[in-house]
Amino acid sequence: METVIVLSRLQFAFTVMFHYIFPPLTIGLGIILAYLETRYYFTRKPIFAAATQFWMKIFVLNFAIGVASGIVMEFQFGTNWATYSRFVGDVFGSALAAEGIFAFFLESGFLAVVAFGRTRVARGFYLFSVYMVALGSIFSSVWIVVANSWQQTPAGHHVVEMMREGIGPDGGSVLVPWVIDGVVQRRAEIVNFLELVFNPSTVQRLSHVLLGCVAVGAFFVLSVSSFFILKKRHLEFARHSMNGALILGLVSSLGLAINGHTQAQNVYRYQPAKLASFEGHFETGKADLNLIGWPNAEKERIDFDISIPGGLSFMVFDDLTFSKPVVGLDRFRPEDRPPLLLSYLSWRVMVGIGVLMIAACALGIYYNWRKTLPEKRWLLWSLVVGIVFVMASNQAGWIGAEVGRQPWIVHPPVIWNEDSTDLVVGEDGFYQYDEAVGLRTVHAVSPSVNAAEATTSLILFLVLYLSLAAVWIMVLDSKIRKGPEEYVIPEQGDEHGVKKASAARQHARLDNA
Amino acid sequence: MSFELLVIIWFILLNVLLIGYAILDGFDLGVGILHPFVAKDDTERRLVMNSIGPLWDGNEVWLVTFGGALFAMFPEAYASIFSTFYLPFVLLLFALIFRAVSLEFRSKRISPKWRSFWDVMFFAGSTLAALLFGVAVGALMQGVAISERGDFLGSMLDLISGFSVAVGLFTVALLAMHGSIYLYMKTEGELQQRLYGWMKGTWYVYLALFVVVTIWSTLFVPASLQHFRDTPVLWVVPLLNIVAIANIMRAIKQERPFYAFISSCLTIVALVVLFSAALFPNLVPAVNNPAYSITVFNGASSPLTLKIGPDHRGHRHAAGVVLYHHYLLDVQGQGDVRRGQLLIVDFEM
Ligand code: HDD
Ligand code: HEM
Ligand code: HEM
Repeated sequence: METVIVLSRLQFAFTVMFHYIFPPLTIGLGIILAYLETRYYFTRKPIFAAATQFWMKIFVLNFAIGVASGIVMEFQFGTNWATYSRFVGDVFGSALAAEGIFAFFLESGFLAVVAFGRTRVARGFYLFSVYMVALGSIFSSVWIVVANSWQQTPAGHHVVEMMREGIGPDGGSVLVPWVIDGVVQRRAEIVNFLELVFNPSTVQRLSHVLLGCVAVGAFFVLSVSSFFILKKRHLEFARHSMNGALILGLVSSLGLAINGHTQAQNVYRYQPAKLASFEGHFETGKADLNLIGWPNAEKERIDFDISIPGGLSFMVFDDLTFSKPVVGLDRFRPEDRPPLLLSYLSWRVMVGIGVLMIAACALGIYYNWRKTLPEKRWLLWSLVVGIVFVMASNQAGWIGAEVGRQPWIVHPPVIWNEDSTDLVVGEDGFYQYDEAVGLRTVHAVSPSVNAAEATTSLILFLVLYLSLAAVWIMVLDSKIRKGPEEYVIPEQGDEHGVKKASAARQHARLDNA
Repeated sequence: MSFELLVIIWFILLNVLLIGYAILDGFDLGVGILHPFVAKDDTERRLVMNSIGPLWDGNEVWLVTFGGALFAMFPEAYASIFSTFYLPFVLLLFALIFRAVSLEFRSKRISPKWRSFWDVMFFAGSTLAALLFGVAVGALMQGVAISERGDFLGSMLDLISGFSVAVGLFTVALLAMHGSIYLYMKTEGELQQRLYGWMKGTWYVYLALFVVVTIWSTLFVPASLQHFRDTPVLWVVPLLNIVAIANIMRAIKQERPFYAFISSCLTIVALVVLFSAALFPNLVPAVNNPAYSITVFNGASSPLTLKIGPDHRGHRHAAGVVLYHHYLLDVQGQGDVRRGQLLIVDFEM
């Protein structure tokens, strides 16, 4: 059983992290496409059309791989986390189903129009389709983040005993709680759909996730256009893209920092053990903000510690006295604490890269304004590789959020004392989670899956994703190398135009073979 | 709306999704199964691959939606089925995605070895996917051993029986036939001439396996006819099915592939309905103790969730289906397939 849990967690983490390479690119580029196409619609400058064409090809590729890897995610809740699915299906499933249906709606048509219909449909309809695709990918991420936020800070549901038909005292059939081996079977059921959707962390996390996606879009564009500038190719296109992307990059990374700060305060309110692990904060009381160090879980301290005294008290409460007490890991039983090192490091990676992103964009804007940017080759090269770090920051954010949620798969609520200065602890000085309303990760796995099966599937997914990654990089590389193509404004498409769109694609396949 | 009614509506909606998936991804898979046999040279192979449309992931959204809806509305069944068929489903994902990968990879190099490797992958992925779907259907019809909580008690080998393998082969034959008709409509010239023979050939194989599976299930899978006694209307379905199968050959002989295609779609509809009727009210029949079976009633979500479904999503969903077909017609539409898919719209509604 133990190994199955470890393998299933590894597999989930691996597949979701692979999957999450693509959604931010899709969402980020989608927004940028909508912007470019709008400019084109109003200005009719061919450069905008050429730009949309170019990013569109990359967008479609990312979208396809995002979908393929997303199907794997959806299957996995059932294959590996059956007990979890039974417990949360009523609440969680509906949010997940919504994602599928939105995606369905989208891919059904607008994507194909956007990909192959540029010259074949009316301009207005093309613009509309671009909007629909951008909106659609945002909507589908909304639902998955809602579902995930619910398992972090559950709301709008109650946990009830499952009922089964039994024999009543009069011999008739009545509904009685379902007991197996002396354990009453429970599950979470929706009480209020809106409360479920707007659970305490949804809004902040969703804005954070979306800002992270916008940042990926901006830095992707920055990366490619810096590369073109360095190589002195497609210069007009590259300069245009650069200007916009630098501003978008700065806005989104500043947004991430501001929104992230309030989000961290919210994490403290609902998942104090998570924040304490992020910060390596052991002892309840006035808290320092650790800048450099290495957490030592055994000795319960940070080695090589350099900190701002009282800094964490300030961050958590916006407290100018730098002294308010912050609940630390000592309030939690060792088995109720999240894995320390991973939470601590991933948090630092995310925030650290965030600060670098702000700096890079600010410098870029400054040199751009001084018109000396093309000479700053070091900055341009940093922007070329920057995208990798921005993606890493996104991944680190998720690792922090998910690992920090452990040992719970559905986190139970925490109860604060009256003036919210400390947790209500038990006699042993530790916080007592209400096991009945949460679910531990170790109890969530599929009982029928054995270690051999879990190993096989992990290997298969490794092989599968290596080949998917190879396809992705090969095609991406060839598309970027080709660069944007001259765009000649064609005569407008007739009403049958869309039909020819797919024929065009089929020829394209023949041509590039 | 009563709980029972909601549950049944959702059961029907799931069937609709399954039918949609089987028809649309069905011809994709069928084309993959036939690919190495019908195409003689490199150009033909590429043509055959290109016939299945511009976006290879397009038809798989039906599967995604099916999975999502099953999770939301029948979480107990979702959990049991997906964990019972653990390796088969992982392999299925593997096959489906690898098949898509081969579409992209194939054209990247001219070397014949490279190309035949991806051709083999394309064929193997498609065939494996069809086979696995069939085996899962067969195994579910027979029932599986599950604990009181619904967790599978057997091992992977228990899922493989003579019957489930027969249903697997049957599915491969069905999709090969469906795909050959589709291809016939999409091609011309010499390739099309060759496909004529393949349509007939796959029809005979399909017919033979149909007879085998039908006899096998009526004799040895008691569930398959369970509702026919109290609901005699159901006999319409197998009768229609037989008419449809006969009509496929008739249409082929008259060289009216469009009618053949409609008939093979109808066969698929009939088979999915028969499968559901064999299961109902179970979703996962327990062979070890019928009381452990997961039914549409004890495996369903709470009434509120079932309601949120139709209220908030059902309409949108219907809109999605309409749009989907609208664009299929416009974007993929070439020649007769257009009308073919138009008819599918009517089945959905
Ligand atoms: C819809 C819900 C959901 C969403 C949107 C995500 N996760 Fe998650 N994650 C889970 C639901 C979940 C889970 C099902 O709840 C897991 C499986 C086992 C577990 O403990 O939580 C999990 C585990 C899990 C783990 C392993 C942690 C551990 O077991 O110690 C990692 C590293 C991630 N996730 C990372 C991610 C990343 C990079 C995501 C970005 C897409 C992500 N998660 C999105
Ligand atoms: C456990 C985590 C997740 C699961 C189970 C999951 C599931 C899925 C599935 C099944 C699909 C394919 C749907 C289709 O056919 O288009 C998909 C695609 C998508 N997912 Fe996820 N997803 C997860 C995490 C996320 C997160 C965290 C985001 C965004 C913040 C996200 C954003 C998207 C988007 C935008 C798409 C469609 C566009 C694309 O594929 O690039 N997903 N996901
Ligand atoms: C610069 C300062 C930043 C702060 C203070 C910050 C804060 C946070 C916090 C507190 C969480 C955990 C939320 C939870 O567990 O509920 C989080 C998660 C996350 N962060 Fe950041 N973040 C910052 C920068 C970034 C950057 C630059 C990116 C990506 C480009 C990013 C992407 C993410 C993602 C994807 C998650 C996981 C989703 C979520 O839980 O919201 N963050 N961040």
